[in-house]
Amino acid sequence: MADTSANARHYGWFHRNRQTVTPWLFLLPGILFFSTYVVYPIIESISLSFYKWDGLGEATYVGTENYEKLVNDRAFTVSLINNVKWLLLYLLAIPAGLFIALFLNQTVRGIRIYKSLFFFPFVISQVVVGLVFTWFYDPKFGLLNGILGAVGLGQINVLGDPALATYGIIAAGLWPQTAYCMILYLTGLNAVDPEQIEAARLDGAKGRRMLWYIIVPQLKPATFIAFVVTIIGALRSFDLISIMTNGGPFGSTRVLSFYMFEKALSEYGFRMGYGAAIAVVLFVIMLFFIAYFLWSMYQDEKGR
Amino acid sequence: MRSMKKLMLAGMAATTMLSGAAFAEGLSGELRIFSDMSNPAPRAVMEGMVERFGAMHPDLDIELTVIDREAYKTQIRNFLTADAPDVANWYAANRMGPYVNAGLFEDVSDLWAEPDFANLASTKGAMTIDGKQWGVPYTYYQWGIYYRQDIFEELGLTVPTTFDEELANCEKIVASGRACYTIGSKFLWTAGGWFDYMNMRTNGYDFHMALARGEVEWTDDRVRATFANWRKLIDMGGFIEDHQTYSWQEALPFMINGEATAYLMGNFSVPHFRDGGLSDDQLGFYQFPAITEGVAMAEDAPTDTFHIPSNAKNKEAAREFLRFVVSAENQTMINAGDALGQLPVNAASSVDDDKFLEAGFAMLSNDSPGGVAQFFDRDFSAEMASAGMEGLQEFMVYPDNLDDILERLEAVRQDIAQ
Amino acid sequence: MFPTPLERTSRTWQIGYQSLLPVAVIAWLLPLLAVAMFSIKPSSDFTGGDYWSWPSRFAGFENYGRVFMDSPMPRYILNSFMITIPTVIGAVALSCMTGFALGIYKFRLNLFVFFLFIAGNFVPFQILMIPVRDLTINAGLYNTKLGLVLFHIAFQTGFCTLFMRNFIRALPFELIEAARVEGITEFQIFWHIVLPLMKPAIAALSVLVFTFIWNDYFWAVVLTQGPQAQPVTAGITSFNAQFGVAYHMLSAGSIVAALPPVLMFFLMQRHFIAGLTLGAVK
Repeated sequence: MADTSANARHYGWFHRNRQTVTPWLFLLPGILFFSTYVVYPIIESISLSFYKWDGLGEATYVGTENYEKLVNDRAFTVSLINNVKWLLLYLLAIPAGLFIALFLNQTVRGIRIYKSLFFFPFVISQVVVGLVFTWFYDPKFGLLNGILGAVGLGQINVLGDPALATYGIIAAGLWPQTAYCMILYLTGLNAVDPEQIEAARLDGAKGRRMLWYIIVPQLKPATFIAFVVTIIGALRSFDLISIMTNGGPFGSTRVLSFYMFEKALSEYGFRMGYGAAIAVVLFVIMLFFIAYFLWSMYQDEKGR
Repeated sequence: MRSMKKLMLAGMAATTMLSGAAFAEGLSGELRIFSDMSNPAPRAVMEGMVERFGAMHPDLDIELTVIDREAYKTQIRNFLTADAPDVANWYAANRMGPYVNAGLFEDVSDLWAEPDFANLASTKGAMTIDGKQWGVPYTYYQWGIYYRQDIFEELGLTVPTTFDEELANCEKIVASGRACYTIGSKFLWTAGGWFDYMNMRTNGYDFHMALARGEVEWTDDRVRATFANWRKLIDMGGFIEDHQTYSWQEALPFMINGEATAYLMGNFSVPHFRDGGLSDDQLGFYQFPAITEGVAMAEDAPTDTFHIPSNAKNKEAAREFLRFVVSAENQTMINAGDALGQLPVNAASSVDDDKFLEAGFAMLSNDSPGGVAQFFDRDFSAEMASAGMEGLQEFMVYPDNLDDILERLEAVRQDIAQ
Repeated sequence: MFPTPLERTSRTWQIGYQSLLPVAVIAWLLPLLAVAMFSIKPSSDFTGGDYWSWPSRFAGFENYGRVFMDSPMPRYILNSFMITIPTVIGAVALSCMTGFALGIYKFRLNLFVFFLFIAGNFVPFQILMIPVRDLTINAGLYNTKLGLVLFHIAFQTGFCTLFMRNFIRALPFELIEAARVEGITEFQIFWHIVLPLMKPAIAALSVLVFTFIWNDYFWAVVLTQGPQAQPVTAGITSFNAQFGVAYHMLSAGSIVAALPPVLMFFLMQRHFIAGLTLGAVK
């Protein structure tokens, strides 16, 4: 090894520029894959949204017609409103996760198993979560109506009622999402500075005040990650809807991601360009969040 | 009787096997078939056909891929372009439209010009787009009302032939604490069946098809009349509750358990009723009753088909397979009660002596002067069908929303017409 | 520690807490427990309309036996493994490299490339759907496991790069500088110095990506059909179609489909949580 540096001057251009070239060599395969399957498709989708194409024959350029149609498309409006519901209600996973994390943050015997069991729903695929909750809500034999009946309340058909169905699906989605946030907070709580807590205790802070003024600020990194994953999860919601209601009853549980798939690729969907336009709208909504995430991370990077 | 028929069939099959082998010597290579016949009975039928066809053509290497029937509907467009088999299942009428228009199905008018195909004349129209034929039928089945004979007897009801009788029956059924009809509309198409019948009985076959072609406005008064009739049944509590949550299979137990007395369905439901424990004494069938006097009765009888994709590699073998599929003997065999339990399209085939098959065959041959429709989602264009069935489901749950629904459907119609 | 450790609280609360824990877990997992119970009931319990009573007898063996013997489920599970494992290897390998490049070297576009990867990771799938499907069809990879694997590798690279780069950033940089002084080539630095240090990150990331890919449903629906290539998440819908309203079978099938990532989680718990929470604490 020692004599390699002595031979250095014999190496050519590559050796002299290795600090600049090496990173690109290492990046090359990743960038190649990423451009082919992520960057290029985004550009392609945006361009496709200006075409009318059934996915089989020739595509014709129609300008902004697809977007103009979106404005008057009630199903699109319903999807958009549902997306907002998803975004807002999904955020409940964050306080719920914090609550469970606080509940479980003890050192009693067997607590590790309890923590694992609480985390369990996150590991199961959304398809299975969807099936499990569909049966849970079933008007005929669902456990929910069984419980409601046992306490003397009337029957409800959650997934059959357009006023309730979306909330029913969101509740199913909150189950794994809360588990996710919980685990983030459990780790976060481990890192909370014990001295500060003791100091605060001496000052007489406890309970809710302690939580709000001492603990939560220290959990900020965990909250940020929880926020990021929850927003992404909310905007990506597709599996649950597809499994639980297939967008119904009468389209009341559609969200943009599902509607887009429906229009472009489902049984009766042959409108690729229109679907692409829906996807672009979803993408634009997401861009706001992406910009915010990146900005936060950038601040973080500069701080280092 | 039944065993006699079987014996004859076996004999006929044996002769065709010989002649077939002699005729099609030299078929070789690979024949890839994609099929959507994924339920147990149809799957056995499909596998049986491949086996028999393979025995006739020993040099032919047949590869059968059976895909889940629901998944198939979304996947066909992919494999027709990307990975085309030589033979593929699909459906007749407008349902072929997108693939025919995109040039993905092979024109098989040459087959239809052969003398043997004259026996298939009844479905020629449903297989024709732009004056050419794009596939061949292997089976069709009647739609109609399957009902609990035993409960009808218990309540002293007779089979209704007019809508007024139907309503009167329903009133008594509801009074006995049951629903008149079970239905599972989660996947929408079942509601399409109801609309087909309400509309064909109220306004007739020609009007229904004009609506399907997009020539009539959804807000037309005649369409409203259809919905008004339908609403009578809804308002009196004729349908089971929460049907928007169930698939058609999940709606079966209501009838099997006697919580509902009838089911507007296709004949493919019969094995399910029998498996559920209903004997042929308990289960009956009747034609959907007349509504508007003087309107000729017309029926839904969806036809299932085989096609050759344009990108197929072994079209010669594929054509031979299509000839085999439509042959009278094969159609008799695959549609028998212990196989598909449906009706053969070939006029030279015989219908198995099954109570429901015979009833269906008689109904379609003699009592359907108005015409035979395919089905809502096969007669209407894909986009209209999808929006339409969603609206129909909504109507069944919230009949008050009708105006809004019709305006929405009308907007879709106009959009498609552009 | 917050909240107040149990030892320092009143006796009543201690007992209350201890008895509350199992109740809370059961309530939390109730929907799942119901399905587990369904899966060991004999079919006769359902035909009688008796959904909620205790199983009349234990039918677990026959129900699960049928899932494995009478259905394409084993095939789907095998497909899932054959999709998931190559994806994990591919995505981890690629991101070790990209993470190394972005974590060790200072160059002008470093942050830009890094942020591009992160942004891509947040993109909604749907905007990729149509072009990726066309791409896969045109490459002749539609309905192949390879088609799905290639896409998954590419898409996971975003998240994995974020993960690896941050991990490498936290490594002692002096080690690398010392190696350079020694005249060790850049590739050897990667292979002999950085990679061994990344073992914990590789383990954590592998477990995590395994779960993500195993549970993918959307891309399985878009890029595959039928039992030759479909993973179990998509296959279970065909399975459900096959068994119709046989809820005991559907339940058993769901549990079988959910099992591998669950086992993975319990076996590799430490790595899993380390992976998920990287970045959540500083």
